[in-house]
Amino acid sequence: MSANGHALAHLRDMVRIRRLEERCIELYSAGEIRGFMHVYIGEEAIAVGAMQALGPEDNVVATYREHGHALARGIPTRAILAEMLGRVEGSSRGRGGSMHLFDAQRRFFGGNAIVGGGLPLAAGLALATRMRGEDRATVCFFGEGAAAEGEFHETLNLAALWRLPVLFLCENNLYAMGTALERSQAQTDLALRASTYAMPAWSVDGMDVEAVARAVDEQVATIRGGGGPCFLEAKTYRFRAHSMYDPDLYRSKEEIARWKQRDPLDLHAAALRAAGLLDDDAFAAIETDAAAELDDAVAYARQGQLEPVEELERFVVSERVLR
Amino acid sequence: MSEPASTAATTTYREALREALRDALRADERVFLMGEDVGRYGGSFGVSRGLLDEFGPERIRDAPLSESAFVGAGVGAALGDLRPIVEVMTVNFSMLALDQIVNTAASLSHMSGGQFHVPLVVRMTTGGGRQLAAQHSHSLEAWYAHVPGLRVLAPATIDDARWMLGAALDDPDPVIIFEHGSLYGMEGEPWEESPVRPIDLEHAVVRRAGRDVTLIASSQSVHVALAAAEVLVADGVEAEVVDLRVLRPLDGATIVESVTRTHRAVVVDEGWRSVGLSAEVSARIMEGAFYELDAPVERVCTLEVPLPYPKHLEDAALPQPQRVVDAVHAMGLGG
Repeated sequence: MSANGHALAHLRDMVRIRRLEERCIELYSAGEIRGFMHVYIGEEAIAVGAMQALGPEDNVVATYREHGHALARGIPTRAILAEMLGRVEGSSRGRGGSMHLFDAQRRFFGGNAIVGGGLPLAAGLALATRMRGEDRATVCFFGEGAAAEGEFHETLNLAALWRLPVLFLCENNLYAMGTALERSQAQTDLALRASTYAMPAWSVDGMDVEAVARAVDEQVATIRGGGGPCFLEAKTYRFRAHSMYDPDLYRSKEEIARWKQRDPLDLHAAALRAAGLLDDDAFAAIETDAAAELDDAVAYARQGQLEPVEELERFVVSERVLR
Repeated sequence: MSEPASTAATTTYREALREALRDALRADERVFLMGEDVGRYGGSFGVSRGLLDEFGPERIRDAPLSESAFVGAGVGAALGDLRPIVEVMTVNFSMLALDQIVNTAASLSHMSGGQFHVPLVVRMTTGGGRQLAAQHSHSLEAWYAHVPGLRVLAPATIDDARWMLGAALDDPDPVIIFEHGSLYGMEGEPWEESPVRPIDLEHAVVRRAGRDVTLIASSQSVHVALAAAEVLVADGVEAEVVDLRVLRPLDGATIVESVTRTHRAVVVDEGWRSVGLSAEVSARIMEGAFYELDAPVERVCTLEVPLPYPKHLEDAALPQPQRVVDAVHAMGLGG
């Protein structure tokens, strides 16, 4: 695809994620999705900018706020929505729900709802790559709240010590649930902290999809070239509350409004328009396609099957034989 | 590490564990050992001594003191189609990796709808009796045996020390192996060179046959039970000793079958009494052999204290053969 084609595809994917999650909120309000659900609205540029750098052989480890990562990785919208509705056709047979999207075929290792829990796993995937002599990058997404967890420090040290091919991609949306970064972490410069583990550590504007894409392209190239792990902080903001349960009492409306002026979709669309790559008709077509994709996926999910209770205990123990 | 070198006619539990590791590393290049001081130091309890020279630092991988990271890296490496053996120095330290074992390794297969499996083996030292005090001596096997998705093994004999590891590596799911610190130096007959295959990771076994009472134990406690059984001979009591071997899935059938014959049971467990392995075994007996019992099930467990350093206090806290003998006497047998 041409650079222009890529730029348009990035807009298309961000729109698809935004509309997916807006639809999920509707389904949640209607009681069709239950449990904890965390939406990514406002942060779409990171998943889209990062995922374009990866091939099918690469590994992705994400968090419980992973609808966008799953979609950008290529997990079908139908499988994502069926999972949210708890149907067997879902990406995890309906067993995980919003927080636990998995796809072995696309090397999407979840969907981890323990803050920081994905980092050691990502290091292990990268260790396997190294020891097996494979050419795979592993990208591990996590929020800035994870930088307060021991796993962050343990894993960055271990990955740097062993020069593992992993990118630690920190999505800094400034709040760990309701706790602001400066209220919970003494050193708020996350790239500075990561750099003390002897790895390249950068910050990037997480609202600018092309800036994220350039940074991830470069760091993934470093990783693939045997340069060891990298760290990237993407500065972003979630426009919605932490989860559907969160009354969002800890941030001011002014602060939220200020960040919404830097909506990654708007910024990218404006840049494309300024470059003559996007007009009203093209944008409308992207929206129409996204809506049609979602209509289809919601209908598919609603028609999905509930897993028979007799299968409840399947897969506690694997059904496969090794080797 | 201070036990006399075994003679040609005998071997030790530690040597059996080491040979199991060597065998596994030779058999499959995807197998590697990772943990604190497994390489240059030779293993904190000497199990992996010499393996670094034979297999090199990539496969005998010294890890930083980061239990959560290196156990979690073991999970990831298993997902990446390696066969990691992760050594955690003691079960007490494994608490620092509990999240990775319970929330990730044990859950991944089920919560992903069977897409992922985690062929990870975690070895750790358990148990007291070495005056190592309250942060190196506990028996927390029951914590792991509580968790669906894990297999939990407790080799009590040289043969199980030799053969369980290879079978554990063939399991597509995470396996925890508990090595008792007091057993490393245990000498005995050389291991069976041609064991029955596949190696049984499902069943308890009767280590000593008897008709009057069943002593149910695992790991080091099997030896406590066997010693008690010898003492009871003088009282005219023939005790049967069941070695659980596998703590999850627990082999209730073998327990029930034995108790159905003997009509009396004493559970010997180095874990604490409350809400532990002994409680589970007792419940299985109640569920499966209630009408066969001639007396309530007795339990001999570690007293409910953090294990203390002084030998006399540690001995008083841990199950001893005499306490087992006393429990059997209290049931109206012998004595």
